[in-house]
Amino acid sequence: MAIFNLNINGTSKQVDVDPSTPMLWVLRDHLDLVGTKFGCGIAQCGACTIHLDGNAVRSCQLPVSAGEGASITTIEGLSEKGDHPVQQAWLEHDVPQCGYCQAGQIMSAAALLAANPNPSDTDIDNAMNGNICRCGTYTRIKAAIKTAAQKL
Amino acid sequence: MTQSVEKLNRRSFLKVTALAGGGLLLSFNWLSGCKPKELEELGLPKEWFRLNGYIKIGENGLVTLMSPNPEGGQNVKSSMPMIVAEELDADWTKVVVEQAPLDTDNFTRQFIGGSQAIRMGWKALRTAGATARQLLIHAAAQTWQVPAAEVTTEPGYLIHSASGKKAHFGEMASLAATLPVPEEVPLKEISEFKLIGKSHKNVEAKNIITGKPLFGIDYKKEGMLIAMIIHPPAHGMRLKSFDDSAARNLPGITDIFQIKSHQDDYERTFFDTTSFTDLVAIVGKSTWEVMNAKKAVKVEWEGFSTYEEKRDWNGRKENRTIPGGLESWEDQMAKMGEAAKKAKTVRKDGNPEAAFAKAAKVIEQTYRGPFLAHNCMEPMNFFAHVQEGKAACAGPLQKPELTEQALSSRLGIPIENIQIEMTRLGGGYGRRSYSHWLIEAAVISQKVNAPIKLIYSREDDMTGGIYRPMYQATYRAALDKDNNLIGFHVNAGGLVEPPLYPDRFPAGAVENYWAEDWTIPSNITVGSFRAPRSNFIAAAEQSFLDEVAEAAGKDPIEFRLELLRKAKENPVGENNDYDPDRFIGVLELLKVKSNWGQPQAGVSRGVSAYFCHNSYAAQVLDLKMENGQVQVEKVFSAVDCGLLINPDSAKNLCEGSVVDGIGTAMFGELKFNQGVPDKNNFDKYRMIRMKEAPKEIETHFVESQVDPTGLGEPGYPPVFAALANALYQATGKRFYDQPFAKQLEG
Repeated sequence: MAIFNLNINGTSKQVDVDPSTPMLWVLRDHLDLVGTKFGCGIAQCGACTIHLDGNAVRSCQLPVSAGEGASITTIEGLSEKGDHPVQQAWLEHDVPQCGYCQAGQIMSAAALLAANPNPSDTDIDNAMNGNICRCGTYTRIKAAIKTAAQKL
Repeated sequence: MTQSVEKLNRRSFLKVTALAGGGLLLSFNWLSGCKPKELEELGLPKEWFRLNGYIKIGENGLVTLMSPNPEGGQNVKSSMPMIVAEELDADWTKVVVEQAPLDTDNFTRQFIGGSQAIRMGWKALRTAGATARQLLIHAAAQTWQVPAAEVTTEPGYLIHSASGKKAHFGEMASLAATLPVPEEVPLKEISEFKLIGKSHKNVEAKNIITGKPLFGIDYKKEGMLIAMIIHPPAHGMRLKSFDDSAARNLPGITDIFQIKSHQDDYERTFFDTTSFTDLVAIVGKSTWEVMNAKKAVKVEWEGFSTYEEKRDWNGRKENRTIPGGLESWEDQMAKMGEAAKKAKTVRKDGNPEAAFAKAAKVIEQTYRGPFLAHNCMEPMNFFAHVQEGKAACAGPLQKPELTEQALSSRLGIPIENIQIEMTRLGGGYGRRSYSHWLIEAAVISQKVNAPIKLIYSREDDMTGGIYRPMYQATYRAALDKDNNLIGFHVNAGGLVEPPLYPDRFPAGAVENYWAEDWTIPSNITVGSFRAPRSNFIAAAEQSFLDEVAEAAGKDPIEFRLELLRKAKENPVGENNDYDPDRFIGVLELLKVKSNWGQPQAGVSRGVSAYFCHNSYAAQVLDLKMENGQVQVEKVFSAVDCGLLINPDSAKNLCEGSVVDGIGTAMFGELKFNQGVPDKNNFDKYRMIRMKEAPKEIETHFVESQVDPTGLGEPGYPPVFAALANALYQATGKRFYDQPFAKQLEG
């Protein structure tokens, strides 16, 4: 066990965990931030996507030790009132079905738009390729990303 | 004007049990959740008045509607309360929706599956709203000293026009709650509907997109421990022994022991299917610690001999043979070939043998579908806290009402002392119709005498059994010299159940029709999977009909319409399980919306249509081949699911069915080698991703005033064949075996 100081959603947090613990489980089990989801544990489904210094990363493969000194954003901290343009677009298009993958989808989409405010269809496909939606909401997700891009 | 009067004969409207509380839950959601401006302004009421199991009204006019069924993505949590609100004449902007707990006293059929939530709930939901509205009307009449017949409502308000009196529902709720429940209540005419038929957003959307704890896996209780299980690596194996010496002293680990989820002689009902009853349980303080300890446990497995399992299939008792041995794909394929020769006839009309003997042309093809894993994005999990004589459980489950008996029996705790809280499901698709993980969680909690949350890893989930069965179907069609379909023969079966619905189309449309089926016992467990059986048989049948239409030189839609008109005007045989008119309706709508008959350069089209779960769906799929890669350009769906409740939400479900269907048809596959599944996570099990989804999906509904029918499943089965038939147009090759990507990739 070891102490780690983390900057999560603009707040300093301290956890005492095994250094190999993935950020996913630090968030979910130790910090009560359960919006970041467990889907596969091997960075194949994207349900656990968070931002590490603004980049979309799979938190199931990010050891807590690699998170120190970085700025971490989770779905809970993407916006204060749930009104990030991507979140608003998700509501406008009423995207979710079961909803389990959507936090990860939103985090991937928000990182894409931060880096590329006017993405092509191919850019969107590539950026979202790591996020699986078993309910099949991809066409709405893509439409919502385009709507958000217009608003940004 | 009222269309019908609903007599109240269910005690649900007369009595409210304590379990149906939930005020605390609302307060919690109120504080943490995001809510619209109207609700923010209204605030929480000081007092709630319960009018029946579905409805509570606050003195300030805020209405709480209980959503009775679990929510797994079909959006019943919005559409079911919409139906109550419609008959109540509530102001939808002043409604909050709460998930009801499992409470069979107050609600009927609290489960999801078979696309039946809305269809079966329709009357009860309407009656609940209408009853409460009558109580409010009588309260207003009494208060204002006017005849009840003169009191009307507009959303959220009671009105007496003659005197100019007006009050919001909250002002009359306390009196209404004390009045006797009327014996019969009027229901609205469809033309009077204000909410039903208009799109309303998902009531949970804001909580989903902000990451609120909604799912079973998010559940947390003070003092809760985390548990995981180890199940056998192969189907056909069971636990022999284990050595936890390298694991038990690892940090955070509190206990490692063996559990038995079901007693060997327990008579299992429909949804008590379990692959492995003897498991190793690891309990600890955090998920990561338990995951690490799990790897350090050494387990020995052994094969088992053939045994019999007691089953009760809705009253039909059976001793089901579970064969011993380790099964492999090649043996299973060979067994299917043999079993097909010993099929039993399940329907026969006319004289099929004679029809085939005199046919000018006979077409015969065989189709196969592999085992499929459900792959819900939320891995299986459940919370349980078992104490002396009582249990509190919470988690994602499709059919708590149908599986709680097994839990009660296993724990030795009466059902009335077991509480099951229904969390949102991170996908179900039939997988969560079963509940072995709930029992495992409860047994673990009972052993450690603490609240625990059981979590499956993705690998546990994917290799744990209860798959879509492996199927095969052979079709034969006889055409006369004028290309009329004079004979039709299907021989279909699978491990462990047949995919056939012998009374569905084209039964009833062909003079000489013959359906046979067969099954093969296996120790690989199977179960419900989105549109069970239909998900395979539609693919096979609708691909075959495309090939027959081509052989007959007919347009594939016209060919189907010709058969359907025959089934309508001059049906063959009895018990034909579809309405030809509604089937024709979706095909006619599809023709118009897809501009059928107007080819586009470079675009290959396929069509397919199917009836299941009381609804009709047909699709045209357009694709292009680019550098050997398939790009689905557009899919047109035409659907008849009766009266539409929430149109945009219905569209979302149909779009998802299309995407899911394309993904499963292209990539879905699980094979066995010596009992071991060949895939255990998403690096090997290929799921459809955004770039493989259609660029565009258009969904059209047949306008209907028929009571609503299923929608979660009907849009799914036809897609497979629409894709196969379009691929044929593009490549000149028929796609008989799923997954199609294998054939494309050579």
